[in-house]
Amino acid sequence: MTDQPLLELRDVSKSFGSVQALTDVDLDVREGEVMSLVGDNGAGKSTLIKCVAGIHPMDSGTMTFAGEPVSVSSPKDAGRLGIEVVYQDLALCDNLDVVQNMYLGREAHDRFQRLREPPMEAKAIETLAGLRVTTIKSIRQAVATLSGGQRQSVAVARAVMWNSRLVILDEPTAALGVAQTEQVLALVKRLAEQGLGVVLISHNLHDIFEVADRITVLRLGRNAGLFERASTTQQEVVHAITAGQPTKVAGITTEVVA
Amino acid sequence: MTASAPESAAPSAAPLEPEDSLGTRLWENVKGGNLGSWPVILALAVIVLVFSQSAENFFTPANFTNIITQMAGTCLLAYGVVFVLLIGEIDLSVAFVSGIAGVVVAKTQLPTGWDLPWFLCVALAILTTVAIGAFQGSFVALIGVPSFVVTLAGFEIWQGVIQQSVPGVIVIQDNAINNFSNYLFSDLWGWIIAVGVSALYVASTLGGALAGRRHGIAIRNPIMLVLRLVVVPAIALTTVYILNKDRGVPLALLFVVGGLVVWTFVAKRTTFGRHVYAVGGNAEAARRAGINVARIRILVFMISGGMAGLGGIVLAARLNSVDLNAGGSTLLIDAIAAAVIGGTSLFGGRGEVRDALIGAAMIATVSNGMFILGYSTGTIFIVTGAILLFAVTFDTVVRRLQVSAGR
Repeated sequence: MTDQPLLELRDVSKSFGSVQALTDVDLDVREGEVMSLVGDNGAGKSTLIKCVAGIHPMDSGTMTFAGEPVSVSSPKDAGRLGIEVVYQDLALCDNLDVVQNMYLGREAHDRFQRLREPPMEAKAIETLAGLRVTTIKSIRQAVATLSGGQRQSVAVARAVMWNSRLVILDEPTAALGVAQTEQVLALVKRLAEQGLGVVLISHNLHDIFEVADRITVLRLGRNAGLFERASTTQQEVVHAITAGQPTKVAGITTEVVA
Repeated sequence: MTASAPESAAPSAAPLEPEDSLGTRLWENVKGGNLGSWPVILALAVIVLVFSQSAENFFTPANFTNIITQMAGTCLLAYGVVFVLLIGEIDLSVAFVSGIAGVVVAKTQLPTGWDLPWFLCVALAILTTVAIGAFQGSFVALIGVPSFVVTLAGFEIWQGVIQQSVPGVIVIQDNAINNFSNYLFSDLWGWIIAVGVSALYVASTLGGALAGRRHGIAIRNPIMLVLRLVVVPAIALTTVYILNKDRGVPLALLFVVGGLVVWTFVAKRTTFGRHVYAVGGNAEAARRAGINVARIRILVFMISGGMAGLGGIVLAARLNSVDLNAGGSTLLIDAIAAAVIGGTSLFGGRGEVRDALIGAAMIATVSNGMFILGYSTGTIFIVTGAILLFAVTFDTVVRRLQVSAGR
């Protein structure tokens, strides 16, 4: 773990019409750490990651990735930098099989646009094995036939397969049972162990305290706290989520070391 | 289960292919509702058997040729319809768009009119229908007008254009164009075609399996592979054998088989085909994966238009003329029904190009057999409609099975 953040967002603002979704938000993510992004509904978590993923352009603010100032205006830009997002609804095609989903939009092909299935299949097997996803029986079965945890594993495997450096997970355990949640959290830890930066968005404080290294709290589109997991409590985080005061006001940066 | 449970699995264990027997896997597929085209092929076999017992002159080489020329036009249209259904849309304009192609061919070949050589007439007709497809597809893909409405409007508009531009009937005097439906290959050419198609199939199937082995992927289903390598060439050779006993292989059959090969290749082996299935399965997921969904949708409507164009030329050639009824009657219903009866889902994302051929064969066989047995056109409509209803009901039930098998 280095101190040079992999992803550095400064003063990000975004509005939709008259609704100010984000106001001067900061976010740092280091390599090999799980940064949890928490906040109540409407706090701006999803908007923030959509800015990072290139789905929404930011109105103002800067983004630095691996020390370089960057701007992403499409999901492809984000992909080129090595930023991958696993959305809450997973964005899998139920009718396609595991390999087809993992390569969706980035199929291996020759110059006649013919698919090259064997290398795709081999790489998919390798990636799943690397993440120790062992519950999927056949990688040629349609994802419609998989369980929620297995689908999540496929979505995560797809995200890490592209030499990605930062993986953003949006509520990865929201729809899962206890055993499958543990499976996915173990997977999240493994991503960080492999040196990736991980942003984990979640409502579930139990999950967060199990895997996160640091916690960023958003409230009403503003930063409301930054905590080290090792030196904070759930009560403190809950307080920041529900009643936290903005930690940055009118351009004055307040150092928060909890 | 605890957090450490996944760790206890062997670290190097890759997800393995199940080493089930063929029978087990077949049963799994049946339980999961993953039946493919088998129910329809089975039903078609039963129907052929029943007609061959009850109808005189049904099970003859001459009637086999008849059925093929009767279904060729519908089948070509249905190939395009399959693509449209795969992306979860519908094209109600295909029949009259095919009529437009007939009109263009007939008008451009007229010795008293443009008097163009046949290949230019054909190219112009297909270009026109592809452009119509692009036009209609743009409304769907770029503006977001429901395809049902856009193509229903097309249904009216192209029907109107045909009525306006055909003075009763135009006779096609260019024999090269009439040959699109009526030309028959000599026996020798028939055999050459059969051997060529078989060789192409064997080479591509074996090639795929061997390429997989080079990457260390086991051949998934060796028994099925061998079976397919035997059955497909056998069908090709038998078909040509029967047709040669009559007057030979019709050129229209070559279009049908060529369309099957080309579009199956496009759907299954190219990035475009993969994206078509993705858009039909989950358009939002496709968009987020960086696929240009609008481009895929427009291209699919262009395929639908183009195949309607080719089908329309074959249909016009069969009559040696176009009249005010071009593209009318049951052509639209037959083309869509063929794709659906064959097993292509109306909900998008599920289906195969071959469904169009199987469905078109089913419709043509039923109407041909019932006609020989002396049933009225009305009865034939009722039966075809009942088959369509049954097929869609079947698809819906199967779909429900598939979802519940996943959870």
